[in-house]
Amino acid sequence: MNPAALRELVPAVIGVLVRRGADFASAEDAVQEAVIRALETWPDGSPSHSSGGAEPVRDPKGWLIAASWRRFVDARRAEESRRGREVAVAAEPPPGPTPVTDDTLRLYFLCAHPSLSPASAVALTLRAVGGLTTRQIAAAYLVPEATMAQRISRAKRRIAGESFDRSGDPATVLRVLYLVFNEGYGGDVDLAAEAVRLTRQFAALTDDPEVAGLLALMLLHHARRAARTDAEGRLVPLAEQDRGRWDTGLIAEGVEILQAALARDRLGEYQAQAAIAALHADAPTAAETDWPQIVEWYDELLRLTGSPVVRLNRAVAVGEADGARAGLAALEQVDPSLPRYAAALAYLHERAGEHVRAADLYAEAARAATSVPEREHLTRQAARLRHPRP
Amino acid sequence: MKYLLLKHYRGGPEPVVDYGTIDRWSPDEVDAHMRYMSDFAAKLQSTGEFVDAQALSPEGTFVRYDGEGRPPVTDGPFAETKDLVAGWMVIDVESYERALELAGELSAAPGPNGEPIHEWLELRPFLSNKAETAE
Repeated sequence: MNPAALRELVPAVIGVLVRRGADFASAEDAVQEAVIRALETWPDGSPSHSSGGAEPVRDPKGWLIAASWRRFVDARRAEESRRGREVAVAAEPPPGPTPVTDDTLRLYFLCAHPSLSPASAVALTLRAVGGLTTRQIAAAYLVPEATMAQRISRAKRRIAGESFDRSGDPATVLRVLYLVFNEGYGGDVDLAAEAVRLTRQFAALTDDPEVAGLLALMLLHHARRAARTDAEGRLVPLAEQDRGRWDTGLIAEGVEILQAALARDRLGEYQAQAAIAALHADAPTAAETDWPQIVEWYDELLRLTGSPVVRLNRAVAVGEADGARAGLAALEQVDPSLPRYAAALAYLHERAGEHVRAADLYAEAARAATSVPEREHLTRQAARLRHPRP
Repeated sequence: MKYLLLKHYRGGPEPVVDYGTIDRWSPDEVDAHMRYMSDFAAKLQSTGEFVDAQALSPEGTFVRYDGEGRPPVTDGPFAETKDLVAGWMVIDVESYERALELAGELSAAPGPNGEPIHEWLELRPFLSNKAETAE
C-alpha cells in the first residue's frame, strides 16, 4: 500500500461518506485528514492494527472509510457542541449500498463545476479526485499552503448547494484535466502523470469520444517528454528531438485509443489535436512528417474551435507543407497580438532565408515570451542566427 | 497566473496626491495605513490569491564582482537614486483584469486625513517556469 495506491481510494471513500449522509465539503475534509494521518503514520505505506504492531491491515479501504467517518463524526459533534445543540449523528454508520464508480464519476463533474474558476476547479479536483494533500498541491503551484487551503474551501462553499447526484458536461472536466496536464512537474508531484491517470480513469467511466481524444492527446505528448528537453534542461523543438527517446508504448496506446474514438465519427477538438500529435509520432524523421495532412487537421480544428491560436499554429504547418512564403501569407490572417505571433513569424522568416529579419523577430518574441524555458529558447535562436558558426 | 505588485518609495509616474512621507503622518494615520495593508493581505489569503508580501528597508548597497581573489566592490547607498523599491506583494489570480482590480484596491490605502493616497503601484507578470506542452 504505497501513497499512490492510497490516493486512488480517495474518491470512492468520499462517495461512501456522502452516501452515509455527510455533506460533500465535510466528507472531503474528513477524508483528507485521514489521508494525511495515514501518510504520517504508515511508515511503510501500510496501515497497522496498532501503533506498536507491524501487521498490515488487510483492507486499507475499510481502514480509510472508518478513519474518515470517525473524523467526520468528531467534526460534526464539535460543531454541534459549539452551537449548543444535541448530537444527531450516529457514531455507527447506517448500512447501505455504495455504487463506487458512479460516485467517482460524479466527483469529477462536481469538482469541475462551471461556477468554479479554473484554478479552483483544478485544486479541488486534485484533492478530492486525485487524493493529493493540500501541501502537495500548494507546492506544485508554488503558493503557500494556507492560500491553497483557502482556495479549496472557497471552492467547496461555492458548490455547496449543488447536488452530488447530477452529471455534468464532460467538456468542463476535460478542460480541468488538460490544465493539470500542462502544469507538468511541480514540487514532488508529477502533475502530467497525475493528469494522465485521472483522464484514464475518467475515460473508463464515460463513453465520450472526446474524453478518449484527450487521453490520446496526453499519451502522445507524454510519450515525447524525455526528448523535449536536453540534459541541461533546454527546450528541444519537435524537429530536433531524438525520436529514439520517444516512448513507443505510450504512442501505440495513444494511437489505438484515438483510432477507436475517430471511428465513432463524432469529431471534437481533442480528437483533432490528438490526430495532429499522432501524425508527428508517426514520422520516423522530422523530414518525413506528413505536413499536408497536418494542415487538413488544423483546418478541422479551426472549424471546430475558431481559435486564434489554432490559426497561428496552422500558419506554421502551412509553411512546412507549402513553403515559407505560403506560411507567411497564412500568418497574415492571424491576430498579431497573440503571445507566440512573433515566434511564428521569426520561424517562417528564417525558413524563407531572411536571417537578419528572423533574428530580430526571435529577439522580439523572447521579450514577449510568457515562460522562462520559452524565452531562453527564443533568445538562443536569435543568438544562433546573429553568430553563425563558421 | 502570478503577478508582482511593486511598491516604490520613489520612481514611477508623478504622484496624484501629495501624501508626503509616512514619517510625517500622525500615529493614527500610520496605523490606519498599516491596518489597511494587513487587511488587504488577509483578504487575499482568504480568497486563495495571496502568495507573498515583503517590505524592504530603504537602505541598500550596490555590489559587484571585482575579479578573482578580490573582495566584491560595494557602492552606495545613493540618496538621489531615481527608483527605490519599497516592497512587494505577489498574487496568484485568474486574469490580468483581476490583478488590475487588486492593484487599484491596494493603491487606495489611506494616508493623511484617512484619504486614499492613490499611490502608483507597478504590476509585473511572472514568467512561468513551464513551457507549454503543445508544439
